Amino acid sequence: MGKTIIEKILSQKSGVDAYAGQIVVADVDYVMGQDGTAPLAIKSFKEMGGKKVFDPEKVVFVIDHSAPSPNEGVSRLHKLMREFRDEHGIDFHDIGDGVCHQVVPESGKVGPGSLVVGADSHTCTYGALNAFATGVGSTDLAAAIISGKLWFKVPESIKFVLKGKLPKGVFAKDLILYLIGDVTADGATYMAAEYTGEAISDLSMDGRFTIANMAIEMGAKAGLMEADEKTFAFVKEHGGRDFTPVFADPDAVYAKILEYDVSELEPMVAKPHTVDNTAKVTEVAGTPIHQAVLGTCTNGRLEDLRIAAKILEGRKIHPRTRLIVAPASRKIFLRAMEEGLIKIFVEAGAAVVTPGCGPCVGTHNGIPSDGENVISTANRNFKGRMGNSNAFIYLASPATVAASAIAGEIADPRPYF
Amino acid sequence: MRAFKFGDDIDTDVIIPARYLNTSDPEELAKHCMEDADPEFAKKARPGDVIVAGKNFGCGSSREHAPIAIKALGIEAVIAKSFARIFYRNSFNIGLKILECPEAAEKIRDGDELSINYDTGEIKNLTTGESYFAKPIPEFMQNIIAKGGLINYVREKLQGTV
Repeated sequence: MGKTIIEKILSQKSGVDAYAGQIVVADVDYVMGQDGTAPLAIKSFKEMGGKKVFDPEKVVFVIDHSAPSPNEGVSRLHKLMREFRDEHGIDFHDIGDGVCHQVVPESGKVGPGSLVVGADSHTCTYGALNAFATGVGSTDLAAAIISGKLWFKVPESIKFVLKGKLPKGVFAKDLILYLIGDVTADGATYMAAEYTGEAISDLSMDGRFTIANMAIEMGAKAGLMEADEKTFAFVKEHGGRDFTPVFADPDAVYAKILEYDVSELEPMVAKPHTVDNTAKVTEVAGTPIHQAVLGTCTNGRLEDLRIAAKILEGRKIHPRTRLIVAPASRKIFLRAMEEGLIKIFVEAGAAVVTPGCGPCVGTHNGIPSDGENVISTANRNFKGRMGNSNAFIYLASPATVAASAIAGEIADPRPYF
Repeated sequence: MRAFKFGDDIDTDVIIPARYLNTSDPEELAKHCMEDADPEFAKKARPGDVIVAGKNFGCGSSREHAPIAIKALGIEAVIAKSFARIFYRNSFNIGLKILECPEAAEKIRDGDELSINYDTGEIKNLTTGESYFAKPIPEFMQNIIAKGGLINYVREKLQGTV
């Protein structure tokens, strides 16, 4: 019987001929914790009696959720992480390096066929590299840090076949918001999503990361894609070793196969307070916007910044609106500087902040006030997500966010393209 | 054992917002448990009370602080129509009891008095006299519970090999 991508990766990593429904114990290739979750993992590591990490080159901590530290409580947690690094010699990214889900792919340590666990729900992002990557809690992370292994229930897969070409002004973010709206926030719970088809092949790696990143917003354990020349070029560019791509068998068994034609897709927005509460941008156009956010592990990559800069160049943001820009990583920040994108943002009236998660996750760097509307390129619009439960968060593509920042209200970006 | 009723898609940002993750102290986390859904919840709930919710409870972040905050507040169990995957796994790992039971999630009303038999999965509604049965826990996870959670499970394994 044929296998899905995730069945193949879990079979390879566990040494068991695994199919959906089985529980396997598998070897992990890379283990990631960030400053929201690593401190608890260190606590669990000690409580488990852990003395050393299974392989210091396969464990990484990233300080990104509150970077630089906004208060002394967080500073103590950061210190704990740095002490763990000093003791065990693990990979480490301190403040300013960027968001874990950009920094890890840039490290070259993850590629086709890898198995990665991260104590962050958006670890599924690396599925764009044909890896099985999934979010776990801190105690599971500690177990993986000690043993290099973790147990998994092999999930069923939903195959999304995405046909056609995206229209002008419509991007990967619009596509994934549309899919989440269609299958709902728990439509893929306990399952893996496999994305395939012309619309995926046409996307850059940056666009593919956006799609894989939001698999968790439909409840999925992973969001996987097949590897192609773009995948190999990305891995090579970042110094990755030779990975072996994993393809689904033609006779693999899926829980569901869903087909979409993307050629008529319109820019999409997720309205407060759930990601599946989606609408076409034209349905919510005119909603006043007080803060716009460009960045995050969903849409803070170079292509995203280029698209926003194309719209913002030579223009000013609306007096009612604040625009916060956080490049996803130091590397992207530097490239954006070299290309003049940062100058465009600053001249347009944006506040450019340290690469990190702050504005998205509500730890610092732009907490909205009561009753304010925010439009963000992030992946979550939950009540209180950005640090104030009386604010309203709309999610959209970098193009829609840039166009809305200029208009001071939710705006359709298509006239700019 | 009083039931506190919540709706669908209660996410981890509602259970414990990231603005309070400047500590790993369970007692501190408990003070803000469910704050963005019901600001008074942490004051009203008594040890042994139960959260009853709709579908997809615990969706969102992987933060283990979410089940820790609920457990530290003294909440005995969470009953829901369904749970998000990471929250489900985290709850087992840290020893928070969770029961998947669509019928109970639907029929229990806010303020109902309950009693739960964890061996049989029977949830008794003492207010209405009804009984509901939760889905059995997968065998692999039962072994982890029997060891007292994942921390004990790994500790015993490490001691066994050293």
